[in-house]
Amino acid sequence: MAVDKDTVAKIAKLARIRVEPEQQEALTQELSNILRWVEHLGELDTDGVEPMTSVVEMNLKMREDEVADGRRQNDIVANAPESKHGFFVVPRVVE
Amino acid sequence: MSELTGITLSRARDLLTKGEVSSKELTQAHVQAVEAARSLNAYITETPDKALKMAEASDARRAKGEAGVVEGIPLAVKDLFCTEGVLTTAGSHILDGFKPPYESTVTGNLWRNGAVMLGKANLDEFAMGSSNETSYHGPVENPWRRQGDNRPLVPGGSSGGSAAAVAARAALAATGTDTGGSIRQPASFAGIVGMKPTYGRCSRWGIVAFASSLDQAGPMTRSVRDAAIMLRAMAGHDEKDSTSVDLPVPDYEQALTGDIRGLKVGIPREYRVEGMPQEIEALWQQGIQWLKDAGAEPVDISLPRTHYALPAYYIIAPAEASSNLARYDGVRFGLRAEGAGSLEELYELTREAGFGREVKRRVLIGTYVLSAGYYDAYYNKARKVRTLIAQDFHDAYKEVDVILAPTAPSAAFAIGDLVDDPIAMYLNDVFTVPASLAGLPAISVPAGLSGDGLPLGLQLIGKAFDEETVLRVGGVLEDAAQFTHEPAFVAGR
Amino acid sequence: MASYRIAGNTGEWEVVCGLEIHAQIISKSKLFSAAATEFGGEPNSQVSPVDAGMPGMLPVINRFCVEQAIKTGLGLRAQINRHSVFERKNYFYADLPQGYQISQYLEPLVGEGTVYLDMPDGEVIPVGIERLHMEQDAGKSLHDQEPGKTYIDLNRSGVALMEIVSKPDIRSPEQAGAYIQKLRSILRYLGTCDGNMAEGSLRCDINVSVRKPGAGLGTRCEVKNVNSVRFVMHAIEAEATRQIELIEEGGEVIQETRLYDPRKGETRSMRGKEEAHDYRYFPDPDLLPLIVENDWVERIKADMPELPDEKKQRFIQDYGLGAYDAGVLVAERETADFYEDVANGRDAKTAANWVTGEFFGAMNKAGVDLDEAPVNAAMLGELLDLMADNTISGRIAKDVFEEMWETGKKAGAIVEEKGLKQITDTGELEAILDKVIAENPEQVQQVKDGNQKVMGWFVGQAMKATGGKANPKMVNELLRKKLG
Repeated sequence: MAVDKDTVAKIAKLARIRVEPEQQEALTQELSNILRWVEHLGELDTDGVEPMTSVVEMNLKMREDEVADGRRQNDIVANAPESKHGFFVVPRVVE
Repeated sequence: MSELTGITLSRARDLLTKGEVSSKELTQAHVQAVEAARSLNAYITETPDKALKMAEASDARRAKGEAGVVEGIPLAVKDLFCTEGVLTTAGSHILDGFKPPYESTVTGNLWRNGAVMLGKANLDEFAMGSSNETSYHGPVENPWRRQGDNRPLVPGGSSGGSAAAVAARAALAATGTDTGGSIRQPASFAGIVGMKPTYGRCSRWGIVAFASSLDQAGPMTRSVRDAAIMLRAMAGHDEKDSTSVDLPVPDYEQALTGDIRGLKVGIPREYRVEGMPQEIEALWQQGIQWLKDAGAEPVDISLPRTHYALPAYYIIAPAEASSNLARYDGVRFGLRAEGAGSLEELYELTREAGFGREVKRRVLIGTYVLSAGYYDAYYNKARKVRTLIAQDFHDAYKEVDVILAPTAPSAAFAIGDLVDDPIAMYLNDVFTVPASLAGLPAISVPAGLSGDGLPLGLQLIGKAFDEETVLRVGGVLEDAAQFTHEPAFVAGR
Repeated sequence: MASYRIAGNTGEWEVVCGLEIHAQIISKSKLFSAAATEFGGEPNSQVSPVDAGMPGMLPVINRFCVEQAIKTGLGLRAQINRHSVFERKNYFYADLPQGYQISQYLEPLVGEGTVYLDMPDGEVIPVGIERLHMEQDAGKSLHDQEPGKTYIDLNRSGVALMEIVSKPDIRSPEQAGAYIQKLRSILRYLGTCDGNMAEGSLRCDINVSVRKPGAGLGTRCEVKNVNSVRFVMHAIEAEATRQIELIEEGGEVIQETRLYDPRKGETRSMRGKEEAHDYRYFPDPDLLPLIVENDWVERIKADMPELPDEKKQRFIQDYGLGAYDAGVLVAERETADFYEDVANGRDAKTAANWVTGEFFGAMNKAGVDLDEAPVNAAMLGELLDLMADNTISGRIAKDVFEEMWETGKKAGAIVEEKGLKQITDTGELEAILDKVIAENPEQVQQVKDGNQKVMGWFVGQAMKATGGKANPKMVNELLRKKLG
């Protein structure tokens, strides 16, 4: 199925990627082409087939309830573009 | 080319063991080779000081009799592996300046086994690409050239920097990661060996995630034996990765017996695709003959859903990627766009500026296929198809021990040739993606040259966790092919 | 109990509520990382790179947290699903570092169950549980540290939560209050959540709709993040009233998310503030399905404490208590244990009266918890023993208790010290009565004339003369002999 410009705008918003108006047309075309191509899958009958959740046949690994990390505030904020007093800082969020 | 950079990893290991060379000498030679190969743009970050320090420490360990599996061996690390205190970019602008406060499990295993880091190898941005042209840090040049044509070629992708560095003798070996072919396809394009182990064999902890259900680290080397040595040093159970498998890691070198008598090799008829160059078909036939000559038995098999692997992959991988890449938001690390007045704007501007075109394309596709109303038609459908593709292999392995196929549908192409045609680019993965979807181990071994003098690889796909058979057959193929050609560019020559 | 109805202009309305409760699981470390869960602490000091959503970091689930959730499911008499799946709920927010929350969606760990509400009139109302699933908490945004900036602390990021969703079985603010209290009680008995609403360990979203009694379900609104039982009750009333007024004025309720403002006592729309979400749930490829083996559940079951409902039943049967008293006593495990210590070897009803009466009264007045009370179970028991063996009267016992509460001294010591021992010596009592009789000839005549009320007056005089220490039963008997 082809997507239209509005749909592209909507998913770009969901993905938090700004798309400039002049890019919209080309992007819509590209995404439509890709979607049309992957739609070959529709030809294949998958009735009653379980969707794959994991390719490895094993049980979920679990850890014991032990504190073995944290207490490394410096490591955590060291790469932050903006931080103060150990907090990450972003433009004011309006609640 | 120094005589120390032209050798295989296993040869270097033997020289180190005999004391004929020190890790420091070996590393120095490689540091020079890395510099000499800068025109390829194979490395994003060179770490010569670190390399020499690690080499000295390695020599000291060896003096105490504490040599590991890859003791003293200088390597390139794909810049998708987080390396503690060393810039890690994933080939993206959005990770500008990011120095992880942790070391990935796989690189940690390598260092624990004595290896030395030469630097961080270039790659397609977030490993999304088949030509290394999507890297924010620029394309990598393949050290190979077509005969009589000096146009720069792509090294394949996404582990293009790793492939180029190993092919150009600017590293004894490299780590790669393979999501849909990102180790095997560049290995084929660069005339080296590349192996994707079984999903779960190598820990994913500390590797920047692209598509979590597919990503798997593996070695890129100049011989099958080198791949066996590297894999042993990289693999192993990791409690920090819920999908890492708790199985002992064999000494893969032991598997290289050269004896494949009686082994059944599946030849999947669906891999004979329309438009595939005749020379690749011919090479495949040659490969079948080599294995037959060595006593194996070729068996025609069918993997009926092969045709649907690529579209399924291009739904599943972008879907997971769209979620995995949500953390790059300009808040806690990496790039933050200037001038954002609100948090929303900060997200949108940062991700607009920080991601390249292909990454955006895939994040948007992934967002779309997961969104309300489309989930079943795309994402769930693709997961069902994935089940069927895994089933195909499962059925085939009731009859055969290993599968032989081409690695890629073409030899390396010129930089710029496919950048404007995403689907044509995606088709590069047509032979590698099925094994990725099924989580199976696979290796690409250089097997011959194309008409215009470019390397071509053959691929062996094994049963889950049977890397040993894959390596054993790979070794036989390598011996038979006697691929001794060298690329046009060799560091220091 | 009479049904709760709100009177509107067009007649009576019924309120229909369902509650979604987020309960923080008690554990040392987080659901998917090994950082500590402690409340408070320096910003970002209880954060691992996993909780900060750093590149390449992977979740590994905490076995104990799963066990806590299973235990809770069992406590809610619910189905434990042998196969459940963790999914990613994708959305962007400043305190959501990964850009998704790991939660359970299509296949939760726990399915349908029931919670029984103990209403004040003794009625027991069942409320269905729809599901319980596990998920991770987000971090915290602070908006008041610096103008134009929001500060982010990820200490809570990744802490394990249980989301417990009720069916729309709740019909009044009181029932909603009782539901939260009961759920809280069960969680605290199990030790799976401390139930502290002030610290946010228990948070509540309410789905409210209204309808004419007997009609189909109306359109519901979700009131978010209401953080005390009182506010929950107010919010339901306010939201129901709003919906009724809206409908009666010819309007239509729109399904939306609303916020309760406790200062204004009203709910307001979050529309505009919250754009249309599309969470794009999909199974987290970093995790495998959670398979819960039968024997694990059986082991957890074997380890379960007696829960409030069973305890209440036992208190009614074994101690002969009324449903309400039993309900009050079992609400907190510690209180129930306290009561049982006091009742042990004593008259169970007297013990219940004293615990729920004097003792709770003193606790409330002083605003202290059980473990801070200056009188423990043994001390209260001693006091009851002194009453039982007639050493002191019930009247004196109340004074002694007050003294015990104030000084922390034991009952026997106070009785001894202050000479409060009951007078049971017949000779001594007779002397006192003779004196009273001699001094009041007029009243004596009245008794003789048949006015039995005056008999009571004589008892009072005798008690007054002994400072309350006279054994009232003996005084009665002696008076009857002397005047009767």
